[in-house]
Amino acid sequence: MAPGTRPLIQLRDVWKVYHLGDVEVRALRGISLDIQAGEFVAIVGASGSGKSTCMNLIGCLDQPTRGTYRLGDVDVAALSANERAAIRNRRIGFVFQNFNLLGRTTALENVALPMIYAGVPFWKQRRRARELLAAVGLRGRERHLPSQLSGGQQQRVAIARALANGPSLLLADEPTGNLDSQSSIEIMDLFVRLRRERHVTIILVTHEPHIAEYTRRVVTFRDGRIVSDLPRAASRHTLEIVRG
Amino acid sequence: MNLIWMSVVTALRALRRNVLRSALTMLGVIIGVAAVVTMVSIGRGANAAVQQEIQSLGNNLVMIIPGATTVSGVHTSSGSAGSLTVADATAITKECPAVSEVAWAKRQVVQVVYGSQNWATPAQGVPPSYLSVREWPLSAGRFFDHRDDASANPVAVLGQTVVDQLFTPGEDPLGATIRVKNVPFEVIGVLARKGQTAWGQDQDDVVLIPFLTAERRVLGTQILGTVDMIVAAAATADVLPKVEPQIRALLRERHRIPSGQDDDFTVRDLNEIAEASKNASAVMMNLLLSVASVSLLVGGIGIMNIMLVSVTERTREIGVRLAVGARTGHILLQFLVEATALSLVGGAVGIVLGFAATRLIAYLAQWPTLLSAPAAAGAFLVAGAIGIFFGFYPARRAARLDPIAALRYE
Repeated sequence: MAPGTRPLIQLRDVWKVYHLGDVEVRALRGISLDIQAGEFVAIVGASGSGKSTCMNLIGCLDQPTRGTYRLGDVDVAALSANERAAIRNRRIGFVFQNFNLLGRTTALENVALPMIYAGVPFWKQRRRARELLAAVGLRGRERHLPSQLSGGQQQRVAIARALANGPSLLLADEPTGNLDSQSSIEIMDLFVRLRRERHVTIILVTHEPHIAEYTRRVVTFRDGRIVSDLPRAASRHTLEIVRG
Repeated sequence: MNLIWMSVVTALRALRRNVLRSALTMLGVIIGVAAVVTMVSIGRGANAAVQQEIQSLGNNLVMIIPGATTVSGVHTSSGSAGSLTVADATAITKECPAVSEVAWAKRQVVQVVYGSQNWATPAQGVPPSYLSVREWPLSAGRFFDHRDDASANPVAVLGQTVVDQLFTPGEDPLGATIRVKNVPFEVIGVLARKGQTAWGQDQDDVVLIPFLTAERRVLGTQILGTVDMIVAAAATADVLPKVEPQIRALLRERHRIPSGQDDDFTVRDLNEIAEASKNASAVMMNLLLSVASVSLLVGGIGIMNIMLVSVTERTREIGVRLAVGARTGHILLQFLVEATALSLVGGAVGIVLGFAATRLIAYLAQWPTLLSAPAAAGAFLVAGAIGIFFGFYPARRAARLDPIAALRYE
């Protein structure tokens, strides 16, 4: 990245505090993180380390208790729920561990879903959903229901859906967590290819070191703080610490 | 547009997913709408029958019949007293300002013969004013006039039933000679068909002859000028309530009835009878409609209940939709459409069922019914409104879900 370019994601001293009854849970304790457009970042950490909370904030599903989050040139903390919905719709794509496809809805309609909320005309939805399914290698499966597809295929549908409105940011939360190793490799290859071809920024949460291997940068969370933020080559050691 | 279409498709899919549950949910609305449609049809049918009855008797009529005689304390039947006369009738025309026209009748069941056919029918001796008072048109020929009446001409005007009984189809009764109690009469006119009264009497089964002819030649009389019935038409509908007291006062005076003693005649306001039966059916209809609306209300609560269940079941789906960019309004719309679809489908089924029930009742009970498109449309719209009203709370709950919690929901 050229110096002076504003990062795509800019978190500054972000806190997230929950109140569970009388107990105060400090999920994030002053996170600062910059991610440039086009980066491929892995977020790792034990469960409860705050990585999921951080992903929810980056994905505009939640808002920080304190601190600032800028996505591009937008101050997310100042947005209403509907404005955040619009950002999720057009600028962010989500990929979940359990796919989260609509069960009685065909692959094509699942992919079209974000476009419906974006107000894309019907015929354009269809055409683009077809193109996206072809791009993730599911040509000919448009009319299949999720139950008729394998786990890896379902995750491909979910990735196609995440790309529906041409977002600049893809957030994947344990995308290979429910997949066998062969499917995991295929899905990760797909992410690598999408980043190269479509120039999307990809952030993925994982606790599997060999998945983090695919990325260029590994950010490690522990107890609501970032404990390391290293390029991939230097991250192996950290990963082993996490695993151990 | 797109969004509404998707909502409708999603809604119908959700309904189809669990047909039995959807059907049971809709049952309240179905019963409510069917009840409304059926009740209104029956009520309108009853009203139309009453209306027709009023029309067939003639508008704004008051009927006066002689009272019962009392001989040594024994009452005979009403109408047997022979206390009303033609003079009473003409006096009513002259002295009751609220009355515009008066007719009277002398009535007896007689044997009527034409060729080899014969038929027993009430012969009525009436003045020429009878048809205009009863608002009864002719279908052929002419009615007898004052000359016929004054000279007691043997001319007759037949009701349709009598024509059907005496003449072969296609035969022209005009000019034919029939025998009434063995007296030859020339048929000069045929009455238009009037149908039955509400109590099942065939009004077309009648032979009308001039009053004097009846009195002098056919029916005979003990006292000249007595009549079996006087019919008075009110000048306008507004003065109808005044007609009865005016006639009563006049007749009591003419019959020299001391105050405190009963009338020797009966005055019946035909509209009043009709009005009473109309009111009775209206009361009944309102009663049943309120029961129907309770059913609609219960149906609405059923819809709310099942929508709440549906929102809980589909929490994850809502989470996914929110994550991919659905706004609260989108989710609200989706579940509102779903609740409304439930109630509208229920309403449509209810209308079909209501029409079927109406037909069945009309067939089995032989009640007059009249299907009402506005009532069906109204019930349908009310059903839709109920869907929106009772669907709003569950829909709002769905729309207010926190996306993170909804996505994690198991």
